[in-house]
Amino acid sequence: MAIDTLEPVITPDLVWKQVRHRARVTLLVPFAIVAYLVYTWFAFGVPDLLMRAQPERAVILATDTVAYKVHVTRSFRTNEFEVATEGERTATYDNSDVPDWVRLDGDNAMIDLGDGYSVEIVGKTALFTIPGYGVIEGTATANGVETVLPESDAPDWVKVDPRKLDVRPTLDRRLQVTKTKIEVHNYFGGWENFWFPFRSPLWGMSFSELYALALSSDRMDPDYSNLWFIVHEFLENPDWQHGTVFVALFETIMMAVLGTLTAAIFGLPLAFLAARNFTPSKILRFGTRRLFDFLRGIDMLIWSLIFIRAFGLGPLTGALAIAFTDTGSLGKLFSEALENIDNKQVEGVRATGASQIQRYRFGVIPQILPVFVSQVLYYLESNTRSATVIGALGAGGIGLLLVETMKTSRDWENTSYIIILTIVVVILMDQTSGWLRRKLIEGK
Amino acid sequence: MMAVAALEQEILSMRKRRQLYSMMGLLLVIAVLVSGYSKSNEMNSGGFLQGLSKFFDYPGEIVAEAVAAGPGFFALILQFVPAMLETLNIAGVATLLGGALAVVLAMASTRNVDSWGPLIPVVRRMMDIMRAFPELIIALFLIFVLGSSPVPAMIAVAFHTAGALGKLFSEVNENIDRKPIEGLSACGASWLQRIRFAVLPQVAPNYLSYFLLRLEINVRASAILGFVGAGGIGQELRRTIGWGKGAGDETAAIFVLLFVTIMVIDQLSSYLRGKLVGSGRAH
Repeated sequence: MAIDTLEPVITPDLVWKQVRHRARVTLLVPFAIVAYLVYTWFAFGVPDLLMRAQPERAVILATDTVAYKVHVTRSFRTNEFEVATEGERTATYDNSDVPDWVRLDGDNAMIDLGDGYSVEIVGKTALFTIPGYGVIEGTATANGVETVLPESDAPDWVKVDPRKLDVRPTLDRRLQVTKTKIEVHNYFGGWENFWFPFRSPLWGMSFSELYALALSSDRMDPDYSNLWFIVHEFLENPDWQHGTVFVALFETIMMAVLGTLTAAIFGLPLAFLAARNFTPSKILRFGTRRLFDFLRGIDMLIWSLIFIRAFGLGPLTGALAIAFTDTGSLGKLFSEALENIDNKQVEGVRATGASQIQRYRFGVIPQILPVFVSQVLYYLESNTRSATVIGALGAGGIGLLLVETMKTSRDWENTSYIIILTIVVVILMDQTSGWLRRKLIEGK
Repeated sequence: MMAVAALEQEILSMRKRRQLYSMMGLLLVIAVLVSGYSKSNEMNSGGFLQGLSKFFDYPGEIVAEAVAAGPGFFALILQFVPAMLETLNIAGVATLLGGALAVVLAMASTRNVDSWGPLIPVVRRMMDIMRAFPELIIALFLIFVLGSSPVPAMIAVAFHTAGALGKLFSEVNENIDRKPIEGLSACGASWLQRIRFAVLPQVAPNYLSYFLLRLEINVRASAILGFVGAGGIGQELRRTIGWGKGAGDETAAIFVLLFVTIMVIDQLSSYLRGKLVGSGRAH
């Protein structure tokens, strides 16, 4: 009887050894992970971060995303009332044509903020009526603000300061008094002036009115057709800059598509050079593989920085950065796929007397085509995301636009608009590439 | 005879149609490439041909400064190791947390491991959205709320990782052998016990392999996010690049450090993955 057919000898010692080993591993791994997380908790300075965090900024962003405000301002410098959306000069109402919740009367004004809230401005005094609380009186004086509260203790939504009175009983109503002005904010849901700028003749038109206008032969602008005029007014909207946003999105998509296609086109032939079964020369193989490693290792970050220096801002820069990095990644993947092909098919083609090119075309390509297509599509969708990030580094496109609006914007709805469009585009690319992959590879 | 001729005719026409489709596809790709490159060349602030001559200027400049720094260059590299470590930590924590969440998501979204039926499509859509969300957007938003720090980048990368790994993990779950699960249910094991003793042992090597691959991807992502204000090596790079001329040696040191780190992690992870699932599948 051969020894290897015997049952393995199980001694208590062996069992204990294995149990101890298991126990050590099951204890040590979670312990190591927890220790690492604790270490990074302090390395990242999380306690300090939690103290410095400004959650109110998230609230501002959230409210501003779904709402806009109309300012009613009484300036004591010019002694005039001004009613303007978001306080913008380009969106100021004519004082003879203010919204119906504002009534102007010389130096006085009556502002109805709804639900019983109202502000009355009499000369330099603002009277804020708050249901269930009373009337807060703020008067602008030569060197500050005098405040009269119905109760002696100010609730936490009132900030009383000798220089500034700030009352915000609800998120969507606010009164501010300083020595130079009284300002009332009234919030409304939605995105203001989204379709057309405030000054545009098309402002406030309904969809059916626009439709009728587009078909009518009376030109709004003698030089252009009405449809063109509508499209132009929409794209050139100064608050939303639809035109710029669309161009930036297009740039980002272009970066991803061009970069991925270029990488695929260069990666495939190079992959043959790196595959063991196609390139007998060890030096050539080694060289190509190191080239792949080099291209991948430099990383998109460094490539984009180099290309930004050479080619400036724009989609070309992003496309080249993606193309360089992914020639390495795709080349490596393709060469692995090539090494794993079934040689029988190639032999079969060779048996018919096929030339080298024909053997590649009919013996090899059909085998790696599914890998090729699925990987290229996979990289395409992932590169759409990468292109937004490269854009933010300075290559342009939607990423740069996003960083810039975030830095400068007081109106967060612009940022939200860009964010929403970007996510929609990325999800669309994701779904399209998934659909194409299923269609091309599984034939469904 | 007639039938054979008709069949031949049909095969011929099918082949013709296929050739036509391939030609059309190829032409489309070429058209996209040509028009795309010429259009993007126009849109770029610097053109391709003018830029081509300058292509080696910048690398040349920083290499020259690095060479001029002499042996001090290695000290510069060492000086940036803590920043690199921070980037690695961002990637490490993000992969750990995202990976843990991904396991939960995967277990909740695969019929093969007896996930609760109504939850499956919901979790799947959720993973799709998490995967599609660009990391940049979450990072920028959190930097705005939390201030400049590694944590926003970590959360952004972890969020994306959970979606991406969750999808891969659930694909692994779909291909496991159900016999151990059935064996355990026969002895009255609860769902958690079945997951722990029947599913996890089968999927662990593949999970670990994907986990390592993700770690590698996340190191790159964290380095890039640093550039928009999330700390780590990216932030250092932004600083040295902002200084322009004179800081070329520092920029070069960061490039070298980043390159070496990425290469080491890349090689290490592909070696480990090869051990885990056999070299054939370690893409």
